[in-house]
Amino acid sequence: MRTKNIILFSLISTFFLIFLISIWKILATLQGLSINSFNIEIIFIFGFLISLAHLGIGDRIKSIYKSIIFSSIFVFCDGYLIQKLPIWYNVGVFLILYFFTNKINKYTFIGLKEDHSTQVILFDFLTLFGILFFSFVILFPFYMMLVTSFKTQIALLVNPLDFSINFGQDIRDLFKSYFVIFKSYKFGKYIVTSTIVSVGTVIITLLFAIPAAYAVARLNFFGKTFLSTSILIIYMFPAIVLVIPLYTIFSQLGLRNSIEGLLIVYTATTLPVAIYMLQGYFKSIPKELEEAAILDKLSWFGIITKIIIPLSIPAISSVALYVFMIAWNEFLFSLMFLDNPNSFTLSRAIQYLSGDAETPRQYLMAGSVVVTLPVLFIFVYFEKYLVSGLTAGSVKG
Amino acid sequence: MNDTLANTEKKTAYILTLPAVLLVFSIILFPIFANIWISFKEVELKDIRIPEPRAKKIVKSISDKPTKIKILYKLRNSSLIQEIRDVSFQDNFPKNFEIENLDPRCSYKKYNLKCEFGNWPPKYKENFQVIFATNDGSKIDKNNFKSIKPKLDGKSDNILLNTNFTLKNFKKVLFENEFIDLLLTTFYYTFFGTVGSIVFGILTAQMVNQKFYGRTFMRSVLLFPYVAPVVALAYTWELLLDPNSGTLNSLLLNYQIIETPINLLGQKYIEISVLGFDFKLRLALTTVIMFEIWRYFPLAFLFILARLQAIPKELYEAADVDGASPFQKFFKITLPQITAVISILFMIRFIWNFNKFEDVFLLTGGASGTRTLPINVYQQGFAISDIGMGSAVSIVIVVLLLMFMFFYFKLLGKRVDEN
Repeated sequence: MRTKNIILFSLISTFFLIFLISIWKILATLQGLSINSFNIEIIFIFGFLISLAHLGIGDRIKSIYKSIIFSSIFVFCDGYLIQKLPIWYNVGVFLILYFFTNKINKYTFIGLKEDHSTQVILFDFLTLFGILFFSFVILFPFYMMLVTSFKTQIALLVNPLDFSINFGQDIRDLFKSYFVIFKSYKFGKYIVTSTIVSVGTVIITLLFAIPAAYAVARLNFFGKTFLSTSILIIYMFPAIVLVIPLYTIFSQLGLRNSIEGLLIVYTATTLPVAIYMLQGYFKSIPKELEEAAILDKLSWFGIITKIIIPLSIPAISSVALYVFMIAWNEFLFSLMFLDNPNSFTLSRAIQYLSGDAETPRQYLMAGSVVVTLPVLFIFVYFEKYLVSGLTAGSVKG
Repeated sequence: MNDTLANTEKKTAYILTLPAVLLVFSIILFPIFANIWISFKEVELKDIRIPEPRAKKIVKSISDKPTKIKILYKLRNSSLIQEIRDVSFQDNFPKNFEIENLDPRCSYKKYNLKCEFGNWPPKYKENFQVIFATNDGSKIDKNNFKSIKPKLDGKSDNILLNTNFTLKNFKKVLFENEFIDLLLTTFYYTFFGTVGSIVFGILTAQMVNQKFYGRTFMRSVLLFPYVAPVVALAYTWELLLDPNSGTLNSLLLNYQIIETPINLLGQKYIEISVLGFDFKLRLALTTVIMFEIWRYFPLAFLFILARLQAIPKELYEAADVDGASPFQKFFKITLPQITAVISILFMIRFIWNFNKFEDVFLLTGGASGTRTLPINVYQQGFAISDIGMGSAVSIVIVVLLLMFMFFYFKLLGKRVDEN
């Protein structure tokens, strides 16, 4: 039983080590190093031996020394004897090994005798593996987007794996793609359009949604339950089935290629969820405050502006941020309604840019960075508000 | 007294909700019904432009007579297929001018020329000409004439409003265009996209629910694919998967995992042999589903994490006392606690994946076996320019959605009864 546990522990930790080193190798390859093999067999043997030796030595040596010794041996064998690679690569391998040996320090010879110890180990390593795997899988496309926008066409064709950026070059060459998309492709104008459309949608949505949400939350009227349930049902109807009728109507009214047209559609599609989110929050505000206001003879307008809005700033902010994000990222309607390059939004402009097969990919990626950065910035900065918006509004996506 | 209060309350409520209700109904509910109407018609993209009478005004001086001026109107019907009835024409002129040879269809009063041109057939064109002369013999400035634009008016049938209906569109949708294949593709895309995003959502939520350094950062990172604009992400993936110089193919070639590049987004099938069985995998569709999962698992993660954090700690402590293994804890405590969230998520994601247009459109444009129903709406309506067909496909989508919702709620209702 114990031998089985020891072998399982060694295997699991070895696979984790192989995964760590492989990711590091991929990243190093992308910096232009020529590494043509993962050398899985060698790392497997080393990893297995290190895990066993770790259990064998136990507490006899202080854990820091143990980690340093193991890491040094590994780096010496792998880096010096097998592959001749730059020093920064080997420093990275050393740090990975140090991290790894620190992680396996938790497990001792005696600990492996306990019930379920293999399952505990598997669970621990799966979590570690998951964290790294998901970080890599998610961040890698974003990293690629950013790096590609700083490269030149020739460099990308010569070695598609070389993602290293030469920071020594002139700042104008480094940011060349950005200068080009702003100068030749009028991205400045598209940013302004996108901003006007998104901010406009937020303002109009709030203007319409706050009174309606207040009425649904507080007042009694015929058709109230019908209204609040139909809000959510309407919200489930997909944009793709609205597109053709709206396209025909907008063509006949001359609303295509206009900011007004986009504002109307975006507001209508975000209103249901805005009302739904706000009315939930308004219901949580104590009624007594309004009763006092009614005694003071405040009108509904006064109640909303003087009591409801100041008290629900957090909810209003999360609705505003959520609506902003939806409007900024929206693509389907802008594809359908805009065909004149003068009225493009950012998303539509990037799609238009990619329609031309001649467009160099670094311009496309620079455009993508321009459209992504504001949203990610807002998301990271206002995460708390946006997450509550996302959870409430997530019936849509 | 009470009555009037209730009445004012009602009135206020209607005033407050009316703007929002009107907007939502006119932009969302009305088009759904309009779809039904259009789907029974033969309408093409070019038909929906309303025909307009148009006039181009050209001012010409007559060389030997400086007191006279010729004005040419190039009149035409903008539509190639529709007639315009009762076309009327109006133009204003500067003072002190007299008209020569007035056309019998026109009248000239107070420097205002009015004409009734009658009916214009499709493609109608006419050059209409008037000559003016000053009544005091002074010279003419051309610009005085140019600055004023003529006004035209006319009546025409709106092809959308007539009552000619046909079942042709539905026949075409259901019996041509490989409808079964379309349905299957949509179903694969929807089902595997939904299940995949939920599975990854459970894994990541379980992961983030444990304590580790950098946990809040990890939570933000996991939501990146969901909050970033789809256009940027789709093109980044396209570059990543490109067969010629894409990063993924280059990496795989570099490490000698594959020998020739794989066109992940442009190849319909790939032959795979597992345990001696050869079968064809729909490659492009699988890639698109992967993108779908990558982009939407954060949502599942967010929901499930919120639920996990609400599970009482005592349950796990009790399980520890009983000596339960981590897997037992997961399957006996965690999973039952999140089934409700998962079933809601499944429905929401299923509906939305079923209607997803942008992702597939941007990645493959519906080529190499990735044509789903929403893509078909676009292709019929805008690529082939058959608006009626596009609408018919939209109706099919709505009907399937309503059916799905109906069965889902029935099943859900049953389960609640059993419990």
